[in-house]
Amino acid sequence: MNEALIASILSITIRAGTSLLYATLGEIYTERAGVLNLGVEGIMMVSAATAFAVAYHSGSAWLGLMAALAAGALLALLHAFLAVTMRADQVVSGLALTLFGTGLASFMGQRLGPGGTTMVGLQGPSFQRTPLPLLGDLPVVGRSLFQQDILTYGLYLLVPLLWFYLYRTQPGLHLRAVGESPQTADAMGVNVIGTRYLYTVFGGVLMGLGGAHLSLGYLQGWAENITGGRGWIAIALVIFATWDPLRAVVGALLFGGINAIQFRMQAAGTTIPASFLNMMPYFFTILVLVIITWWEAVRKRVGAPAALGLPYMREEKG
Amino acid sequence: MILIFEKRLTRSRRAALLVPILSFVLALAFGGLILIAFGINPLRAYRVMVQGSLGSRYALTETLVKAIPLMLTGLGVAIAFRMLFWNIGAEGQLAMGGIAAAYVALFLSDRLPAFLVLPLMFLLALLAGALWGLIPALLKAYIGVNEILTTLMMNYIAILLVEYLYLGPWRDPEGYGFPGTAPFPESAWLPRLTGRVHAGLLFALLAALLLWFILNRTRWGYEIRVIGENPRAARYTGISIARNILLVMLLSGGLAGIAGMAEVAGIARRLYHGLTVGYGYTAIIVAWLANLNPWGVLLVGFLMGALLVGGDQLQIAMQLPAAVALILQGAILFFVLGGSIFVNYRIRLIRETHEPSQPVTQ
Repeated sequence: MNEALIASILSITIRAGTSLLYATLGEIYTERAGVLNLGVEGIMMVSAATAFAVAYHSGSAWLGLMAALAAGALLALLHAFLAVTMRADQVVSGLALTLFGTGLASFMGQRLGPGGTTMVGLQGPSFQRTPLPLLGDLPVVGRSLFQQDILTYGLYLLVPLLWFYLYRTQPGLHLRAVGESPQTADAMGVNVIGTRYLYTVFGGVLMGLGGAHLSLGYLQGWAENITGGRGWIAIALVIFATWDPLRAVVGALLFGGINAIQFRMQAAGTTIPASFLNMMPYFFTILVLVIITWWEAVRKRVGAPAALGLPYMREEKG
Repeated sequence: MILIFEKRLTRSRRAALLVPILSFVLALAFGGLILIAFGINPLRAYRVMVQGSLGSRYALTETLVKAIPLMLTGLGVAIAFRMLFWNIGAEGQLAMGGIAAAYVALFLSDRLPAFLVLPLMFLLALLAGALWGLIPALLKAYIGVNEILTTLMMNYIAILLVEYLYLGPWRDPEGYGFPGTAPFPESAWLPRLTGRVHAGLLFALLAALLLWFILNRTRWGYEIRVIGENPRAARYTGISIARNILLVMLLSGGLAGIAGMAEVAGIARRLYHGLTVGYGYTAIIVAWLANLNPWGVLLVGFLMGALLVGGDQLQIAMQLPAAVALILQGAILFFVLGGSIFVNYRIRLIRETHEPSQPVTQ
């Protein structure tokens, strides 16, 4: 393998992992507050459609991005309302969000092109890759890490920030307390309901970012079923990452890498049928889940926030 | 003034009945707002949907055609949900059933007596769906792997496997590039009752009866209900949760497998991309709206079938995306979820005082 090839594979790995990492970080923060949001796939799908539609009609990728964040926040707010206030079953509420989002995004994709036609195949504004000065000129590292688009660069700042906030700040401590033991958090004077709303919506914003990167950065266009299960893989990565933003990077790179290998093999004209190559991410998701679950069981460690998925009923304690 | 949720001592039967009906009405209103936002007259759209799905004999039979796979997969999902095993994999289990049935029809039918073809297709489809459901069940029962994610991932794998087969080795050599297998021989056609409604409807009715019997008249059904309502109590009374997960998923996957067989043998009479159109996902909505009750699944399955046919009619008559049906389905589920709190809680508005009134607790 030569240097150019390695750099190219690494570069695709990071590009493909970007939307996955945003979504995973969003779900980590949501689950840390004790709310299970299985609507990631639906939120990403609607955000991707919204981002492209707004960017296309306004001519600005930035406006598209803003709209996608709003869409992500709005859908997550709906989930928060059902899960936190109405105490609905969180598994079913998340599934409902994904089913609804998939339908809505498909509808948007077929209606929001010019004059009420399809968006498939349209070209619109997007986030182009811009090499960073100096850093972008480095061999291998420069070509892979520092010749990306602005949304990927955003992650280089966001990941350490989210880690620091979660483990080293007072609000981060409160967030973890709400997910681990809402009764204790309540006694400490933390507003449990408010915290859960806040981080579910914040998580939705990050998932929206992930969706926007698909249609404005990675694929630069709209396609039916654009997420292809990335939302679900993100939920699996949360378990892989043991709810830690730093570890999520490893998971996102792993799956970005699988995408890159798929890409390379297809380009090299492999004899393996495309259908089997396309199975790889899903197959590896199961494999990774099995290994991590078995490993955590052997080490007798419980990774999930203790109150994950349980509604908080203040009037029923004691 | 503050809002207080008071836990009811018993579930409200009135609320349990009213919530789904009100949810349906509210979802139509909510869906109407979305349609208006896209510049579409919702009343006209709904009229087209109702007429196209329930307004004529032909429409009704088409609704039943879509209802059959929804009923079968809905029943499968419902029995798994009953014991809180989240089987999101009905779509993949259906696909595997379709593959198994197609294998018999394409490669064994000419070597078998004609009367054995359909029973063998049925049996192998049941087995294929059951085994596809067994994999996540084993992983959950013995390692504790999250079944929501594994069943879902296996959907993608099964759908890609179907795609590989009809585009690759099983592709019709005389199909002029049609992405599908050759048509099945006549011995592999599921008999039709009226219109395109096929014998799969009888499978669905029998399956509902079977599930009702298992749940209400057998020890196994009792164990399933105990696990679903109180897993800790189940463990204390010596009920094996692992064993029940495996058995229930064999049944759940098997039912979805039969749905796949009924689809390929009753409707398409070949394996092609139209096999996996999302019935297995809609099944989740069907099961939940039916309150996981087998007879309820038949009823809701019919209504959701009508919604899907109505969506198709929108596409034909008004050139609107059929996805409107999916949006409405999702919206109905939102309202049912939001409304379910009224079954177990009563809402009271009380004036804020320094001494908050004591909420009723059990």
